[in-house]
Amino acid sequence: MSVRQPFVTMKGRKDGLVLVMDETCAFDALIQELKDKLSVNSQLYKEGPVTSVKIQAGNRYISQSQRAELMSIIRSFDRLQVDEIESNVMTREEYDREKSREKLVSVSRIIRSGQVLSVEGDLLLIGDVNPGGIVSATGNVFVLGALRGKATAGVPGNEQNTVIAASIMKPTQLKIGRFMSRTEEDNPIDEMKNDHVMECAYVDFSLEKVVIDRLHTVIRKNNLSLQLTKS
Amino acid sequence: MGEAIVVTSGKGGVGKTTTSANIGTVLALQGKKVCLVDTDIGLRNLDVVMGLENRIIYDLVDVASGRCKLNQALVKDKRFDCLSMLPAAQTTDKNSVKPDEMKKIIDELKSDFDYVIIDCPAGIERGFRNAVAGADHAIVVTTPEISSVRDADRVIGLLEQEDNITPPRLIINRIRQHMLKKGGMLEIDEIMNILAIDLLGIIVDDDGVISSSNRGEPIALDPSSKAAQAYRNIGRRILGESVPLMAIDEKPGFIQKVKSLLKMR
Repeated sequence: MSVRQPFVTMKGRKDGLVLVMDETCAFDALIQELKDKLSVNSQLYKEGPVTSVKIQAGNRYISQSQRAELMSIIRSFDRLQVDEIESNVMTREEYDREKSREKLVSVSRIIRSGQVLSVEGDLLLIGDVNPGGIVSATGNVFVLGALRGKATAGVPGNEQNTVIAASIMKPTQLKIGRFMSRTEEDNPIDEMKNDHVMECAYVDFSLEKVVIDRLHTVIRKNNLSLQLTKS
Repeated sequence: MGEAIVVTSGKGGVGKTTTSANIGTVLALQGKKVCLVDTDIGLRNLDVVMGLENRIIYDLVDVASGRCKLNQALVKDKRFDCLSMLPAAQTTDKNSVKPDEMKKIIDELKSDFDYVIIDCPAGIERGFRNAVAGADHAIVVTTPEISSVRDADRVIGLLEQEDNITPPRLIINRIRQHMLKKGGMLEIDEIMNILAIDLLGIIVDDDGVISSSNRGEPIALDPSSKAAQAYRNIGRRILGESVPLMAIDEKPGFIQKVKSLLKMR
């Protein structure tokens, strides 16, 4: 029997483990070999220092369930944590979803009480959001008008680069990713200066909450790139 | 072929029925053939406000179900020959009429009358669907209260989704002059900012409205009342005239001017 190239190659790096996976073998064989290789050092992975693991799958497509399987195997060793699973391949749908997240959807109408407008990507609304109306976007929300209703922007995990901006900012509720705020109560100082013109909401991670500031201050302070057309 | 105008608000108790009765009256005063339609089945009171309760023989549900002809159900007003009313039924509920039956009745009325004024029930359910089914235009009534403005906004949203209704117009009812001055009420500008539709008229709160409703005489018949003047202006605007908005404040007299000067430190 000739010596075959191993399906899973483990590389130790300063920042953790990198697992390079063969692209052509069966996925089951890959799983088997991964289990075998990890169990050799199981003592270390169960008690040693916390190590981050990066998986490079190359040109192999990894489905959602396969992804979960890989995760669960690696997580069964207490000291290993999955950093990312990298693959060069994605399905058409995943690509479309990803792509739609980057587009800017512009709508011009008034969102009245009881109406809901939700889009994939950034939302540019030309018109008001009245109390009781809801706008939501998986990206940023920009309102050229008065925001008096509820606005939801971004998805959990991507709060860093997500903002809600409005010509007149008087929302009942704001939600950016997993951070929620009722503006009036959270920002008493904000209530004192009552013009609310050209304001922008973002997540301040040092405070762990949504804060509102003048748009230009936010851009300066956070170095946010408010690009409307990403590529 | 006449026009059908629905008077609606979402919230109850803001003055839809009073407004319908008075708009009908002022249009009749201008010599137009008008029919008032009460679609508040089960809770009718347009007939009471018009003072025509004792003349009702058949009603809307009888017409819809074919128990009588439309002409048999129409009640003639006691003051104007050109004003009629189609009363709602009191013994059943709103589900006894379907929107398409309603549309048929309104279409038939439109061929006989210049204006068909439809009094809509509160809410946004079946009764509302019935009332807007045959309408060409819509009037939204609101008061300077936050809850009433919120509901008006909701209703405007629903009306804007109807394809065969022109953009709704607004009447702000029950404006209290002394409260506007003190700032305890929403201001007209504020309401217009939120609702962003055309303003058809404003009506100041007037005790006479209640007492005249109780007598079964629409206030519009009393030319000395401020509310009556406001309704007459609204009638003229519906007919296409351009009438400036009535000033809400009375002009301050000399003594009041001196008083206000002294108050200003």
